[in-house]
Amino acid sequence: MKIVYFAWVRERVGLAEEEVTPPAGVADVAALVEWLATRSDGHRAAFADPARLRAAVDQAFVPLDAPIAGAREVAIFPPVTGG
Amino acid sequence: MIRIIVSADPIDVAAELARLEVPEAGAVATFTGRVRGDDGVETLELEHYPGATERALEQLAQDACARWPLAAATIVHRVGAMTPGERIVFVGTASAHRAAALEACAFLIDRLKTDAPFWKRETVAGAARWVEARAGDTAAATRWAS
Repeated sequence: MKIVYFAWVRERVGLAEEEVTPPAGVADVAALVEWLATRSDGHRAAFADPARLRAAVDQAFVPLDAPIAGAREVAIFPPVTGG
Repeated sequence: MIRIIVSADPIDVAAELARLEVPEAGAVATFTGRVRGDDGVETLELEHYPGATERALEQLAQDACARWPLAAATIVHRVGAMTPGERIVFVGTASAHRAAALEACAFLIDRLKTDAPFWKRETVAGAARWVEARAGDTAAATRWAS
């Protein structure tokens, strides 16, 4: 599964994207974020406060409790600030 | 007729306005957002999610067309580096009458602020920081929820 990061999440993780294979028990975005946080100090810093995170699965916005089964691309980012 | 552009190029408002002036449009409403220079902002950078951003804008325009009888809807959003005074976003709607055009235009810019993946980073006195989302933007977007 491809994970993509944006804005300060990308900066703290230190990567724009990465390919990962989460363990079977990781069923939703929140669990994925928790698992990703263990990958490096940067990941941990980026995901320290899940309330500040938003997500998209296969390029569609979803809440953090959305399932990730079958997802090809999961994006994790801060609340959007366009316009 | 929906037109969605996400680009680093400057926004040509006159050209976009002309495209909205289709024969059946008795009313054209537009909104232009510009980079504010208050608080000492020197530059503003816009990051987006290529593919997903365009899809989100297309969906918003389709939602507007389902809700109001629009002859045309245009969303142009800049990405990359900008300076105060430059245009960041242009929204335009065309309809037979003004109410639909004005309401759809307000709907599009309100919802764009919360539903489209863009992130602003501003530089003040040489230091860059990511702009925080504003509660007022969420409130403005939710008034269209019904």
